[in-house]
Amino acid sequence: MPRVVRTRVELEGRMTDELALVEGKDLPGWTGERTIVGTPTTRIDGAQRVTGRARYTQDITLPGMLHVRFVRSQHARARVVRVDDTRARELRGVRAVLHRSNLPKAPFRGEETIFREEARFVGEEVAAVCAESEETAAAAIRLVDVEYEVLPHVVDLEDAISEQAPRLDEKGNVSESGSHSRGDTERALRDADVVVDATYRTSTQLHNSLETHGAVAHWDGERLTVWESTQHVFGVREGLHLALGLPYSRIRVICEFMGGGFGSKGGAGKYTIAAALFARQLGAPVRCVYTREEENLAAGNRSATLQHIRVGWTGGRTGRISGLEHISYSNSGQGRWVADPTGPTNTLYKIADLSTKSYRVVTNAGSLSAFRAPGYVEGTFALESALDELAEQVRVDPLELRRRHATSIDPLMALRYTQKRLLDCYRIGAKEIGWSRRKRGGTPGSAEHRRRGMGMASQIWFGGGGPPAFATVHLNPDGTAVIRSGTQDIGTGTRTILAQICAEELGIGVTDVRVDIGDTDAPYGPISAGSLTLASVGPAVRQAAADAREQLLGAAAGVLEVGKRELRVEGGRIVGTSRQTTIEEIFDQLKNYTVIGRGSRFPNPSETALNTFGSHFVQLEVDVRTGEVFLEKIVAVHDIGRVVNPLTAASQVEGGIIQAIGFALTEQRVLDRATGRVLNADLEEYKVPTVRDVPPIVVRFVDVPDRRANNLGARGLGEPPIIPTAAAVANAIANATGARVRTTPMTPDRVMAAFAASRA
Amino acid sequence: MNDVRLRVNGVARQTAVPDHESLLTTLRERLGLPGSKNACEQGECGSCSVLMDSELVCSCLVLTAGADGRAIETVESLGADGVLHPVQQAFVDAGAVQCGFCTPGLIVAAYALLRENPEPSDLEVREALSGNLCRCTGYGTILAAVQRASRAMYRR
Ligand code: FES
Ligand code: FES
Repeated sequence: MPRVVRTRVELEGRMTDELALVEGKDLPGWTGERTIVGTPTTRIDGAQRVTGRARYTQDITLPGMLHVRFVRSQHARARVVRVDDTRARELRGVRAVLHRSNLPKAPFRGEETIFREEARFVGEEVAAVCAESEETAAAAIRLVDVEYEVLPHVVDLEDAISEQAPRLDEKGNVSESGSHSRGDTERALRDADVVVDATYRTSTQLHNSLETHGAVAHWDGERLTVWESTQHVFGVREGLHLALGLPYSRIRVICEFMGGGFGSKGGAGKYTIAAALFARQLGAPVRCVYTREEENLAAGNRSATLQHIRVGWTGGRTGRISGLEHISYSNSGQGRWVADPTGPTNTLYKIADLSTKSYRVVTNAGSLSAFRAPGYVEGTFALESALDELAEQVRVDPLELRRRHATSIDPLMALRYTQKRLLDCYRIGAKEIGWSRRKRGGTPGSAEHRRRGMGMASQIWFGGGGPPAFATVHLNPDGTAVIRSGTQDIGTGTRTILAQICAEELGIGVTDVRVDIGDTDAPYGPISAGSLTLASVGPAVRQAAADAREQLLGAAAGVLEVGKRELRVEGGRIVGTSRQTTIEEIFDQLKNYTVIGRGSRFPNPSETALNTFGSHFVQLEVDVRTGEVFLEKIVAVHDIGRVVNPLTAASQVEGGIIQAIGFALTEQRVLDRATGRVLNADLEEYKVPTVRDVPPIVVRFVDVPDRRANNLGARGLGEPPIIPTAAAVANAIANATGARVRTTPMTPDRVMAAFAASRA
Repeated sequence: MNDVRLRVNGVARQTAVPDHESLLTTLRERLGLPGSKNACEQGECGSCSVLMDSELVCSCLVLTAGADGRAIETVESLGADGVLHPVQQAFVDAGAVQCGFCTPGLIVAAYALLRENPEPSDLEVREALSGNLCRCTGYGTILAAVQRASRAMYRR
């Protein structure tokens, strides 16, 4: 019998109290060696992906399908006075145009329609054209005449903070979004022997998932089916339900394969709503997929930040941190929230006197959206840079400084962690990189004009997952199984790890498990974000598999006329004390019977903190003539509890590090302050790392099951690997050259400027 | 509209396309071959890589109207009859596939490289694949996959 329990649920650091439905009793953790879980396993859907057979949203083609393109504001801020679609509608092949004045009500993210009266960034949607071909739609948007009343704008973070900036919000452009304080920070800083007072800046990073945002909508007269490239099929369904006023039962959302999201594909977008509206209005299937340029204008970004840190020290080389203040401003663009950069500062170390504040700044730029460890990447860069600056000043080894402030208790909630092995991460990483060879002031590099240095940084993130998450496991008469769950595989390997978990618990082979996910017709699955998919859905799958196994054994016991306790499933066979038989043989006797196991995710243990930890070590060279940085080696060590699949886990870490290298060294959206235009909304000028840019990366895991976390002992890994790299790079540059670069990306010109500053 | 004859994956195809249609669009939208992916349409990501008369090209930059009479090979031509081509198998085995959106382009590019240069050095592989962006992997597994494929194909 299902029952309701009250539980705290975390998503990307935000806690909410919710009711969760669970069934039966949670399974105890696995004991002893596992044969499938923990073994490197290649992707069960690999063949589909390498042959081009995997169907992504942009590959969905339906008979009579129409195409949508948006008219976008060319102004950073303007009132839409009038939209005249006459010329567009006259173009052959154009089927309909939607804009403010003819749009049916479609509530979307707190606004009453998807087209606002005031367009507030270059690229904001003003109208949509639906046509018989993509080409016609693209031509028609140029024929939509929009009359604008241009208003004063501001796009830059620091400009928007200043008094002279145009006010974009009645309450002002700057609003407080979070704060924390413990002890007496002012006094601690006043009493400190040494205080580092520094300002750090991070630039806007664009997700640039290889597959852009998009949806295909089909209305059959009764039910709306939407294929979407998304991290949350149920979230898209919710968005459509709110916008179109359709009951849930009449909306189905499907995402079979998707080409990356990194946080930006968390729910329905304007393209989803537009496609659905046209599909219903015109009675034809409709596809709306963003171009690369649209993606980089309107599909979200990681906020630029301005961060001030003051951190004090008392007591010479055996001393401690005495007071830490961290104040952060984030350019949220038109977004309504802030990815808080002060999170790591609040929790990573044992610091008695600490005060943090975080502010949201609105500008006439595209909205932020979650980008892999939102806030934590930006905040960790500032925090971990500042701690190294402090270590340098007080002549304490940076790793020793961090060890000295280690905590086994979450300082924010005063709760013990289910498991924290950060000190092990330090030990393993230091050994692997050869930290003992690190010299204060760096060492000579491979050429006269090159210096070599080492740096490290730590990381904390969430990733404990939690309810609600459900799955069913269907056992076929041939002994194979199908997992059904409304989760999705965003590229991380979800299908494979779920198959491993099911196979392990059920006693069959991984290749005998099919994983049907990415469909709202299946049991509910949570958003694939916040590093929570494995830790949320995995335990539910394990439960469903165990339930299926028990039912199977019950049936087998009846057929074989033996006690159920005498039987177990092993290697796809029913094994008893006296005889063995195949699953197939049991089903042969039962005919037409399907075993369906059900599983739900139980709540996390109360009164504990559930986080992931890690540290990165970087060795690099800097060309002191040009400011170029050459990465020589990166060592990443993470504590995520049990590692279910070492192969996909290592890929996750390497991929996170590469995105971090982009954040650290090359990636930045460039906005023209005068016009608000994005000057590099393409993949030519916006520098995503290529295969040329990757250094050797060593990935290690502590790999000790977290027995208190959930029935798998596993935590998530999506976000952790992108968090500490940039600070470790900055710290290594400072070690090599004495120059402290406080702005990302640390481009050669910024490195040269830091040299100049360090010599002055 | 332009009448165009192409030899696609060994099969003669004929279609009519507007002047400015790219080969990528023709393959995906008219010829039922969506394996080549559209990620930028600017020649910057390599997701749309195909072979045209055996030469590696970004199909988003090729105008179909100008490709009349050419032989095109797409990712769909590799790994016939349910058996993966060694390059494809190597990508799976090395864990070089995450979301897989960049993968068809990379497979074609790696296949083209290994045909010309059966035992490329690490630097040569990096050079050859530098036009293919991947946002998920750390590229390390892709480099490993190409070496694995080279061994499987030529160094048994
Ligand atoms: S789609 Fe052709 S290079 Fe990107
Ligand atoms: S695997 Fe996702 S872009 Fe390469």
